[in-house]
Amino acid sequence: MLSSVIYIIVMPLVCVGLLGGFIRLVIGPTLPDRIVAFELIATSSAGIIVVTAIAIRQPAFLDVASVWAIISFLSVIAFAHYIERWRGRP
Amino acid sequence: MIEIVTCVFLVVGAFFIFVAGLGILRMPDIFLRMSATTKAGTIGLGALLVGLAVFYHDIGIDARALATIGFVFLTAPVGAHRIGRIAYLVGLPLWEKTVKDELKGVYPQDACAPPGEVCMMPERRSGWPKTTPEAETES
Repeated sequence: MLSSVIYIIVMPLVCVGLLGGFIRLVIGPTLPDRIVAFELIATSSAGIIVVTAIAIRQPAFLDVASVWAIISFLSVIAFAHYIERWRGRP
Repeated sequence: MIEIVTCVFLVVGAFFIFVAGLGILRMPDIFLRMSATTKAGTIGLGALLVGLAVFYHDIGIDARALATIGFVFLTAPVGAHRIGRIAYLVGLPLWEKTVKDELKGVYPQDACAPPGEVCMMPERRSGWPKTTPEAETES
């Protein structure tokens, strides 16, 4: 029951969220839009890793998800510093 | 029983991440988009991690899942605040039906640039200026 719920309901919903982030990353009109989309992509990728850790009974993937969250936070802060020194056109 | 509770948490978390993806596509403004993705994405990832902690009820895995939840709940508002502040200072256009702009006139005009450099003025909210006149003359 758990595997069918994961593969039929949970994974497609998370992947649709990831796809929305990718579409906004492509069409986003300005750079801060793309950074917000990147944040959503990182969050939903961590969600996919967590769901995979349950689906294949391998709890070591949780460490991957936590390191992934840390690195995505650092990259968002680095992008914010980059825009702070930003002049010229978007 | 444990499987049913895990399923409930996983479906709730996946639904919130789906709502975040929908919000980033359909919202009209960067600030509304950021509101949708930050809140819904954080709650969604938190619910998925709670589902994992319920599924493997082992002390080490639960501690790691709770630490990840705490880290995400602490850092997602910080990153959203940085990006929202800099998007406002750079002068991204607000949605035309925005009723309240509490930061209007709070920041000085060159708050987003180091001294001697040009920044996008917060008054120029109707669309993007290509370049400011000072930047054209300077470069």
